[in-house]
This record gives sequence, C-alpha cells and structure tokens, in this order.
Amino acid sequence: MVKILAVDDSASMRQMVTYTLKQGGYEVTEAVDGADALAKAKGGQFDLVITDVNMPKMDGITLVRELRALPAFKFTPILLLTTESAPEKKQEGKQAGATGWLVKPFDPDQLINTIKKVVN
Amino acid sequence: MSVDLSQFLQTFFEESFEGLDIMESGLLELDPQHPDTEVLHTVFRAAHSIKGGAGTFGLSAISDFTHRMETLLDRLRAGEQTVTPEVVSALLSAVDCLRGMLEAIKAEQELDSEALSAAQQALDEQLALRDNGAKGGRPGAEQSAPAGSGGLGRRGANAGSSGSGSAPAGAGPEAGEGEQGGGWHIRFEPEAHLLTTGNDPARLFRALSDLGALTVHCESGELPAFEALDPESCCLSWDLELVTGATEAAVREVFEWVEDDAVIEITPLSGSAAPAAEDHGAAAEPAPESAPVAASATAEVEEGAEAAAAAGAAARPAATASSGGTAAATKSKPAKAGARKEAAKKSSSSIRVDTEKIDVLIDMVGELVITQSMLSQIGKEFSADRLEELQDGLAQLERNTRELQESIMRIRMVPISFAYSRLPRIVHDTSRALGKEVEFTMEGEQTELDKTVMEKIIDPLVHLVRNSVDHGIEDPAERQAAGKPGKGKISIEAYHKGGNIIIEIVDDGRGINRDKLLGKARAAGLVEEGEELSDAEVYDLIFHPGLSTHDEATEYSGRGVGMDVVKRNIRSLSGSLNVRSAPGQGTTITISLPLTLSILDGQLFRVGDQTYIVPLVSVIESLQVDGAKVSGVTGRGEVYHWREAYVPIVRLHELFDTEPMRHELSGGLMVIVEDEETYLGVFVDDLLDQQQVVIKSLEANYLRVPGIAGATILGDGTVALILDIAGLVEMSRGGSRQPLIPEREESDEAA
Repeated sequence: MVKILAVDDSASMRQMVTYTLKQGGYEVTEAVDGADALAKAKGGQFDLVITDVNMPKMDGITLVRELRALPAFKFTPILLLTTESAPEKKQEGKQAGATGWLVKPFDPDQLINTIKKVVN
Repeated sequence: MSVDLSQFLQTFFEESFEGLDIMESGLLELDPQHPDTEVLHTVFRAAHSIKGGAGTFGLSAISDFTHRMETLLDRLRAGEQTVTPEVVSALLSAVDCLRGMLEAIKAEQELDSEALSAAQQALDEQLALRDNGAKGGRPGAEQSAPAGSGGLGRRGANAGSSGSGSAPAGAGPEAGEGEQGGGWHIRFEPEAHLLTTGNDPARLFRALSDLGALTVHCESGELPAFEALDPESCCLSWDLELVTGATEAAVREVFEWVEDDAVIEITPLSGSAAPAAEDHGAAAEPAPESAPVAASATAEVEEGAEAAAAAGAAARPAATASSGGTAAATKSKPAKAGARKEAAKKSSSSIRVDTEKIDVLIDMVGELVITQSMLSQIGKEFSADRLEELQDGLAQLERNTRELQESIMRIRMVPISFAYSRLPRIVHDTSRALGKEVEFTMEGEQTELDKTVMEKIIDPLVHLVRNSVDHGIEDPAERQAAGKPGKGKISIEAYHKGGNIIIEIVDDGRGINRDKLLGKARAAGLVEEGEELSDAEVYDLIFHPGLSTHDEATEYSGRGVGMDVVKRNIRSLSGSLNVRSAPGQGTTITISLPLTLSILDGQLFRVGDQTYIVPLVSVIESLQVDGAKVSGVTGRGEVYHWREAYVPIVRLHELFDTEPMRHELSGGLMVIVEDEETYLGVFVDDLLDQQQVVIKSLEANYLRVPGIAGATILGDGTVALILDIAGLVEMSRGGSRQPLIPEREESDEAA
C-alpha cells in the first residue's frame, strides 16, 4: 500500500486531505507542522509527502529542505499544497527540492489525480 | 471519485474561530513602535488558513475578505508597510467582521453587508496607503491571487494561471497557434539534479501519452563511462513526438513542475492536419484567461453560493439539536439572547480533552469492572461469613465511583484563559474610545473551571472590565492631578480557594464614591433615611438596576447589560460578588464561583418531614441553641448572639410554609451558615449526613424558588431541596423576607 505523509497545521485541511487519500486507497500519516513531519519521516518510510507551506514551528519549505537531506527522502516526491499563486513561493519550494505543487482551494479529485500520476 | 467535503465544515468553523482569537490577541499584542515579526507571522498564518479553508468550502465572501487582510498582513510582515494604530484598528474590526460572517454562515443567516462593506472599506483604505506611496513590491502576486481564491478552481485553471511564471496570460499567445497543429515535437533536456526533486521523467512521459500517441527517443550521448556514472544524476535527454490535438499550453502543463530544471523546447510537428476543435476541449479550456474575467468571476460566485448552501444544510441537524438542548436553560434567562449569542453558543458545543484525562478514565472504568465482577461473585454465593468481603467490595465500589466522578468532572474543566480572551480587546477598544490609558494584566490563565461556568462568566467579566475602564480609571489629566501615573492599571486574576474559583478584578482608579452612591440610593427610596449600611452593603448597591454614579451615560456604560444583570448571572451560577473600594485608590471586585455546577458536598438536615441540604462550604458551625442568647430586634426578626455578633435566625418552616417538629428555639439545633461574610442561623429539627449530591435544576423542572438553589434525589428516592444561602441572606435582610433587591417576580408568591 502506498504510504503518504500529510502535513498541515489546519485540522480541517488535514482531515480533508486524509479522508480523500484514504478514499483513494492510500495509507496516510498526519503531521501537524514541519517539525512533527520531520520527526515522523525519520521514524518511517513514505512514498510521498504532501505538505502545507505556511505552518508554525517549521514551514513547508524548510521541511522540504530537511527531508531532502535525509537519504531515505532523496528521491521521494514531495508536493506543496499551497494557496500561494505567487511564482516566487513556488520557486522557493522548487529550490528547496519540492517535486511540485498543488494550488488550493483544495479539490479532492485534483489531489487524487495528481497523486496517481506521481506515485504510479 | 466524489468526496463530500461538507462533513469537515464544522472543524473548519472551530479552527477559524480559534484562528480569529489568535489574530485578535496577536494584534492587541502588537506594539506599533516595535512590531514583533513573529507575532505578525502568526497573525498572517491564521488569516491564511482561514482563507484557504474558505476557498475549499466555496465560501467566496470569506476568502475574498480574508484575502484583503492577508495582503495587508503580508506587507506588514515584509516591512513594506508600517504598523500603525490605524492599521491595527482596521485589522481588528476586520477580525470582528469576519467572526460575524462566519457566525452568520454557521447559523445560516444573512451576512451583515453593512458591517462587511465598512470593514472592507477600512482595509482598502489601509491597502491604498501603500499603493499611493512606495509602489513596487510584488503586484503580480496580488493580482493573480484573487482568481485562485474564488470558487472550487480546477487543476487546469490553476496551472494555467501560474504556468509560465511571470504572466498569468502566458498560455495566451501560443494557444491559437497550437490549435492549428496536429501534434508537437518536444525536446526535453533535464539538468542533472532532476531526480533529486522527486520528479521522474517516466511520469512526465506517461502524462504526455494521456494526451495522444507518444514516440520517445532517448539520447544517451552525454552518459559518462560506467566508472564515472553517478546513478543519482540524470544524464539523459529526450526527443519526443506527440501526435495530439492538445494545445501547447496543455503540453507545457505536463512539464510545469520541471520547467526550471530542464530545457524544454516545444515546436509544432510539421505537415499535420488541423484537428477538430472538440478534441482538445478539456485540455484547452484554461487558455482563454484574459478576456472573460467577469464571466468566470460570476460563475465562481454561484458555485460558492451553492457549496455554502449545501454546507449549511449539513450543519442544520447539529444546530437544531443543540438549540433543543439549551432551550430549557434559555427559557428562564432574560430575553436578550439575540441571534449572535445563539450562534456563539453553538460554536462551543464541543470540548477538547487532553488524551491523558481520557486514559485515566479508561483505567478507572477497568477497575470498576473488576469491582463489579468481584461483587457479583460474592452475591452469587453469599453467606454470612462473607459479610466482611462484601463490605470491602462496597468500600472499593464507593472509591471507584468517587474517583470516576472526579475524573469525569475534570474532563469538563477548562482553563479560564478562554474567558479571558476577549478582555484585552475590550480594554483596548474602550480605553481608546474614552481617551484613557490603561495597562491591562491577566493572571491565573491556567486556572481551571467547569466549562458551563466558564461560558456563563464571559459576559459578566466583559462587563465588569469595561466598567472598570469606564467608571474606575480616570482621564490621564485627572490622574496626574491626583498625583497618580497617567496610565491606569487594571488586572484580573483567577485562583482556586477551597471548592471555589475566585476571580478578582482590580483597578487603581478613583474608587466608588460611597456618599454619592448612598445619596442616590436614598433619593431612589432604596435605602431609608437614617438607615445605616455597612460598606459592603453600600457597594452592593452598584448592582442595583438603575443606579449609576456616573452622571451621564456613555456609549460604553449604557449597553443594555447592566450591573444588575452581572449580579444575576453570577448568582445563577451559585456564585457571589464582593466589592471593596478605597476613594482615590481603586476598586476590587471579587467573584467567587463554584468549580462545578453539578455536584456539591452537602450537609443534610431535616425540618418537619422535609430534608434540606446546604453546601458544606457554607456551613460554619452547628450548635444547640442557648435560649438566653436569642433576642428579638424590631424590624429585624429574631437574632442570635454568636461570636460577638448578632446573627439573624431563619426559620425554614415559616419561609416555606411547612410544619416543623419543633417551634421552640431554645435547646433546638441551629446551623450557622455564611455567605460573603454575612452569617445566618438556620433553625433545624435534626442534623443528618454529609454527602455529595448531584444538583438538579429546580428551575428547569418546576420554577425558580427564592432561597432554593436546586434539588437533588437522595439514596432512598426522595427529593431534597438545596438551599441558596446568598438568597436566604438577602431575604433575611430587613426582616421582611423580601429581598432587598427584588430580582424576580416569583418572590411575591413565595414570601
């Protein structure tokens, strides 16, 4: 089963992402911010990480950078779930090593379609 | 796959209200001279989350409005615009407006468009400030954002607007050209680090083959010798031929994530026929971006409205259920509960509990089960010699029950910081409007109390604090003239004392003018001429409806809720109020509340065939009446000489019109009870047990009776009344058994 780490500080967003992914047949682990996600990533293996950008403690961009530094996450697809349509935010994410991004508003079908492409 | 998102709406509301609280306290914390960037980030994040969620749920009014706040906050945190008191005020009123909007949506009510446009205008004014001044920054971000934040945007639309980086219309010019071609030749030369972004060329090719027939030609010329091969680097490049009706924009979209990590050249395949327009309908849709902006905007609004309606429908059952539950309680309250209040009530119908507390509960239930099985074992094969075992088992059951009860009560305990949260704002707004300077401090935020008590104490606290700013603290000039610092101080502190929680509101203002207050009370006929009152009794008059020492009512003192309502609310929580004041030095208001409303330790006693209960915390002493110490005082009924004071004697049988076993005081039993340092002697026939009792509301099941706080059901199934000591104290004043402050109409029937 494909394992996904879903990171968002907003409970409703986390619930929606998790629910959608589980409906799509994926196994989901939730994290409430970047620091939590990093700790969980170090403690397990995931096939994909999907993270919010604006979060307390550790933001999504820093999380991407930290994850890429871990051998187990060198090639793992990491998607940013962001409301920022500003190009420089995406640029920043890309430079940190993010695979791609999904633009909010959150759309379940869009999420599933994108994930299907990324994780086969 | 279709996913119903409305089930998450409740969570969204909860976290949005939390977010608004965070924004509010953050904004109040901001010092315009030295704005704390971390605080600005926090406030920004909260606005950002609300915007994101609102967009997802199709609440476009919310997301559009939040977008303005977010833009402003973004400039503040980036240092592009300075933090001024005006910006903070505009943002604070935006927070209020947003809260109102969310509450209205939650309660399925109309949005207050007046408030919305006022708050919007205030924000726009602040936004315009920067626009007129230092232009620059990043206009691109601001312009493209609203499109994305509208309704339920599709991937195509999003990708289109963000596609080639700088311009949303990037897909525009080539789109027409693409429609002519029958396919595309794509040159794809990734940089070596492509793989370490998690992007896999094979994924891109799969996505392309979804668009049409794909031919892949791989160039491996750059591949180094095997010894030098770094498997983590990508040294291959590709020439791709895609026969498709899709536009260049659609093809480019596939490469959206890698366009900065690779050379991508897309050229039309030569000599191919023009495809039918319908073929590429789905993929090409996002292309016409620039022209019909207005049209797409309205479509989004409609979509948003629909989603909101659907979400509202889902929320409805919950709403009716909760209003049904509170109906009994609301009935007896003054009919001031407006729609806004109702909505606020619904929002707090859930409670967050530390998992540790739940674990403790589970442990205890486990023990209870063990005890139960032990007892049932004894019951099955009972003989007289197992009596001791049975008693042990019952003792254990009692312990389990008590522990379980305590733990469950603890679940309902929440820190008082929830009730505090609105206060800094009240002080900020009131002092600003009145031109006063106030330093406000809060202590004991983590002091826990029952959730119901906490919810009901919010309004009284708000009123008392506002009152302190308005009536207590003087104008800076007046303060300086009195030799005090121009900035006044108000503090609120909560702490536990015995079975109560004490909340103290202290100000260093002008204090209460005792003579003026007494004069007014005399003029109003509340206090008879020549009647001397203690300080406590005089200060208590501020809670009398229609008595104010302020000569003119200000906007902030006359807001419908008077001090009498404050007192009534606190009394309805079985709490009490105490005022101390020193002229020129300030006023201290002390509120004492029970930790919980549902269980109390009581002293049981009997009068006639009725059993009564007084809260154990109120009982000072039980004694046998010495006839010599009883005396009658004109207009004050009977009093008892006790500890160098004269204590009024209450005969319950007279009060409640029952037949006692004993009329003769001398030699009988009397319980001395206390409320706020006022003592009463309750004459009783017999003292019974002390035990914990569960309080049932008499008001909800029958009607409110003065002097009675509630009722309980005893072990033998009979009903016992719980006395309201504060009520009895008031009834005993003046000997008339009429409360000094007539609070309820029923008091006439009962007296």
